[in-house]
Amino acid sequence: MSEIITPSQTVGPYFAYGLTPKGRLKWDPDGTYSWKETIGDNLITPDATGEKIRIEGQIVDGDGKPINDAMLEIWQADAQGRYASPYDSRRPNTQFKGFGRSAVNPNGEFGFSTIKPGSVPGPNGKPQAPHIGFCIYSRGMLRQVYTRLYFADEAANATDQILSLVPADRRDTLIAKKEVQGDTVVYRFNIRVQGDNETVFFDI
Amino acid sequence: MSLIYPRESLSAYPKHLSPEYKSTVKRSPSKPLILMPHTLSELTGPVYGHDVIQEGDNDLTKQGKGEPLGERIIVHGHVYDEDKRPIPDTLVEIWQANACGRYVHLVDQHPAPLDPNFTGGGRTVTDKNGYYKFITIKPGAYPWGNHHNAWRPNHIHFSVFGHSFLSRLITQMYFPGDYLFPFDPIFNSVPDEQARLRMVSSFDLDNTIPDWALAFRFDIVLRGREATPLDTDKH
Ligand SMILES: [Fe+3]
Repeated sequence: MSEIITPSQTVGPYFAYGLTPKGRLKWDPDGTYSWKETIGDNLITPDATGEKIRIEGQIVDGDGKPINDAMLEIWQADAQGRYASPYDSRRPNTQFKGFGRSAVNPNGEFGFSTIKPGSVPGPNGKPQAPHIGFCIYSRGMLRQVYTRLYFADEAANATDQILSLVPADRRDTLIAKKEVQGDTVVYRFNIRVQGDNETVFFDI
Repeated sequence: MSLIYPRESLSAYPKHLSPEYKSTVKRSPSKPLILMPHTLSELTGPVYGHDVIQEGDNDLTKQGKGEPLGERIIVHGHVYDEDKRPIPDTLVEIWQANACGRYVHLVDQHPAPLDPNFTGGGRTVTDKNGYYKFITIKPGAYPWGNHHNAWRPNHIHFSVFGHSFLSRLITQMYFPGDYLFPFDPIFNSVPDEQARLRMVSSFDLDNTIPDWALAFRFDIVLRGREATPLDTDKH
């Protein structure tokens, strides 16, 4: 007989000093205890190979107003399409972890510095288009919502088995647009939690 | 060992839209979620071990120059999967209000005192038996603007990882017998009573330390079952 799982509850508005101390925290009790960040928004390790990219976006609510107290977590493969997890037998041989966490700023904006992921195996062993998994948490969300970022410049999007489950007129919400800013390649990924042009969320 | 993550286990969760909790009204998806198979991207997840933990991160009473005010408590328990197998070496992060019901967060303007010796943030990693332990201060109840005279029951926020992105959980631990339970839309957003009780810790006299601290036990059950069904139904 399996156990009832522990239910999810909202992250609330005050998670910053617990989960994202670089976020909106200005608190240091006399410097007697230095609160180190466990998980941050820069995933790039010195030994990671692949294309360095920025992911930037803004998250808005059903009225189109920025959500100023959200947290986003991302999970992705390395440039060779390998996950740093015991459940991926092809584990990376670098320090690249593939997991990041970003609090939003007061304008609902988030950002990650990372490596563009490679393709990973999908259902029936067919490769998936490169993508990044997103979990979104905020006050007013009793449970996280899950979505995926795909890259606008990937031809493989056309045959991706997960994207093809999404109604054609909503797929665009999952495709991050490429912007080159000087030396930096930025993929813009705005998230609309509710309403017209609502981001596609997955039931997982 | 590979795990499966049946979707029916999620019936313990609140719905995204729970209008009694007003902030859900504009922050819940209005279109149907897209059902998708679990691929390697969902079945894997990050591993955070002792490398990210500093000595003392699990003792929230030792982070200032002096002792924080309030009732010192021990909060401990096991992290399990749905088959009751312990989940070892997994990161557990907590944050909470101080004894007066005030968070150090800048946005918290509840007119109750801050405690210079208490941040309310802590973390640890489960041991090989899935066991974790924190020493902290019992958090106070605090008002919030959801409705007239709205107060949150005493609670500690928990963030736990488990084996994959599918087992990732953020929840709240409550204290037994709280008189605010019937009035709290966040607690009551969980429809099933048995599931609600999963979020309530139990008073633990056996682990209470005489002349020093009360203990509360809080076990956490994450998504994930053995891939091979236990009933050997051979077709
Ligand atoms: Fe809280």
